[in-house]
Amino acid sequence: MKEKESSMAQEFVKGLWKENPVFVMVLGMCPALAVSNTAINSLAMGSATLFVLFFSSMLVSLLRKIIPQQVRITTYIVIIATFVTLVDFLLAALVPEIHKELGAFIALIVVNCMILGRAEAFAAKNPLRLALADALGMGFGFTFALLCVGAIREILGNGSLFTIPLFGAGFEPWVVMILPPGGFLTLGFMLLFFNWLEQRRKRQLAALSSTPH
Amino acid sequence: MDNLFWIFISALLVNNFILSYFLGLCPFLGVTNNLTTAFRLGLANIFVMLITAICAWLLNTFVLEYAPYLRLISFIIVIASTVQFVEMAIKKISPELFRALGIFLPLITTNCAILGLALFATNKGYGLIEGLVYALGAGGGVTLALVLMAGIREETRILDIPDLVKGTALSLIIAGILSMAFMGFAGMFSTT
Repeated sequence: MKEKESSMAQEFVKGLWKENPVFVMVLGMCPALAVSNTAINSLAMGSATLFVLFFSSMLVSLLRKIIPQQVRITTYIVIIATFVTLVDFLLAALVPEIHKELGAFIALIVVNCMILGRAEAFAAKNPLRLALADALGMGFGFTFALLCVGAIREILGNGSLFTIPLFGAGFEPWVVMILPPGGFLTLGFMLLFFNWLEQRRKRQLAALSSTPH
Repeated sequence: MDNLFWIFISALLVNNFILSYFLGLCPFLGVTNNLTTAFRLGLANIFVMLITAICAWLLNTFVLEYAPYLRLISFIIVIASTVQFVEMAIKKISPELFRALGIFLPLITTNCAILGLALFATNKGYGLIEGLVYALGAGGGVTLALVLMAGIREETRILDIPDLVKGTALSLIIAGILSMAFMGFAGMFSTT
């Protein structure tokens, strides 16, 4: 029992950082960059994706012994599309302004390679508990990454965070950050930063092992 | 006529699918190492987009009027299966074209740009002709972006770049600068 719990926790944590879908695996980029111009939009997009990922992983994992091998991808897509339709209508009913802003990108969650990837690579091969843990981890990891990108773009491009102004009137917003190029640049520089961290860690490890005790 | 031209240019340059809608980024970052491959991928994209436009129009006019909530599911299934059929047909009719498009044809089906095209065309209420022109422009735009990116990346390979920047980070920053350049097109049509 103990072991099971620890592996569930492992599957969950893995998605948050070590295998973060956006920063490490560079999956699901299209929606990640398209709507991450403000923190609120990122949060909405992240939660919608989390919802779809969670329920489609659940269904795929439950049905994994019934779905015939030959038509599995099609089945996954139908399952995913069903939940995306659901979330589309949910958002339209609950938060119409955000739904309007995200527009067709909600529907485009269907083709987010991350969701199909998790269904194929994980949920189809693992029992429900692990699949749910994995989906939650990946979903939160995705939301977290989106929120980082969105927050940076909103702070620099609009001088605010969650629409609360951060700077005085003297702040000149970098308009380019909330426009499309800002998305590419922000993520590019973030990846650069992570590369740098990784390299520094490796150098430190190398220095540590080479120094005589 | 004016309107159709505007739809074409808008999809091609101003609202470029890759550089301003962020659609189809996976192939954009994945297979732009080589100029020829990028160009073929672009051609395959145009082709699938044209088929998609026809499918979307047929579905919208004849089926979805009665069941709009099925739009997403039916779009993705119909597009995927149509592309499969077309692939088989091309293989039979013109093996040469089939070889040129290669593996990209099936892969493109799951590309977000394709579904995006169908959805945007629906949201804008385009008819058949407008949809086709829109698809042509969008596909051309994707090809343009892919070829530009591949060209730049081929150049960067012979340059001395620090290890730190190599890989996805560099591609994204290049894409950002390209995207900035494309923003310039937005001013072209400010009067219309």
